[in-house]
Amino acid sequence: MDSFIACHECDVIHRIKPLPAREAAHCIRCGAVLYRHKPNSLERTLAFAFAGLILFILANSFPFLGLKIGSQVRETTLITGIYELYVQGMQLIAILVLLTTVLVPFTQMLCLLYILLPLKFHRLPKELPRVFRFVNRVGPWGMMEVFMIGILVSLVKLAGMAKIIPGISLFSFLALIFVLAAMIVSLDSHLVWHIWGENQ
Amino acid sequence: MNRDLTTAQAAGLISCHSCHLLCQRTQRSADKICPRCGAALHDRKPNSIARTWALVLAAFIFYIPANVLPITTVISLGKAQSDTIMSGVIYFIHSGMWPIALVIFLASVFIPLLKLLILIFLLISVQRKSTWRQQDRTRLYRITEIIGRWSMVDIFVVTILVALVHLGGLATIHAGPGAVFFGAVVVITMFAAMSFDPRLIWDTEEAIYE
Repeated sequence: MDSFIACHECDVIHRIKPLPAREAAHCIRCGAVLYRHKPNSLERTLAFAFAGLILFILANSFPFLGLKIGSQVRETTLITGIYELYVQGMQLIAILVLLTTVLVPFTQMLCLLYILLPLKFHRLPKELPRVFRFVNRVGPWGMMEVFMIGILVSLVKLAGMAKIIPGISLFSFLALIFVLAAMIVSLDSHLVWHIWGENQ
Repeated sequence: MNRDLTTAQAAGLISCHSCHLLCQRTQRSADKICPRCGAALHDRKPNSIARTWALVLAAFIFYIPANVLPITTVISLGKAQSDTIMSGVIYFIHSGMWPIALVIFLASVFIPLLKLLILIFLLISVQRKSTWRQQDRTRLYRITEIIGRWSMVDIFVVTILVALVHLGGLATIHAGPGAVFFGAVVVITMFAAMSFDPRLIWDTEEAIYE
């Protein structure tokens, strides 16, 4: 039944047809996107995942924002900010922020590398279905782009209080958001499942 | 609506929610697992309506302390000043920074409420087996799924402020109890949107044509 697909929003069955480059197939009843043509999906996703991993390490190794009042300078990395919340007794919030801005994007990139790198070289990674299902499940909880808006709002809030020093990793954060978004857009999960199905 | 349309359910098939493979529906319990990816197979999301109702109600309850309790407390020169979400918005309007006021109001007050109201509307219309504007209602569902995450902005702002403003006796910022409730609202509404099954909006159709 690999040549048919049911719309995930209204359950109508469609026959899968090859699409022209970069087009999407929509459900005729509800209009949901059924599947997209994604050129070089494996290679592109891999490239973005590698780039993302490097940016992620940069973004978390250096402070992203500093504050200067008089002669006092205070800088913060994402991890120290989360630690500060934890120490203050806001453990739940600290865990939530840690998950959405650090752990989920990080595991997402690692898992995709783990799956796609072997596939690129015509091998099957162990436990592919389990790992890929896990990636798809945690995906919605990665919120890097929302965090960026958070940085912007904090900048404006603090602007009146003190002198703001943009940190080195602010720019890596900015780049990371675009790279992560591109990684997710270029991933063709139908292709991954198809390859897995063919090789069983 | 078009008569030639066949749903997977009507054809005796189940679409795997994980890899989208169409599988035969059989009675044997061993076959309730997708042969390709190993995910559990469900015709529709299990107990979708009851689960979504429970999560929506829980989110509504948490929405109240999230807005009444302070989310930040600024201690400056020995004086403590607590801010709720709304008082933060009002502060920004008074200081002339209305774009920021608008962002916070939309993300923290308007979107969670809008999302809950849309889900309630969808739940009630599905339970009444309504056939009214099904395509638009599916679109509404798609919107609630996408916008929910943006409510996290305020939580991130609190994190950054707490980390940065820590200037000994001069000024410190602490996170307030409202932040915990607000975080809970965001997480619960995201789960609520995930547990709602948009295919239920269309299930009335088959009942009519069959």
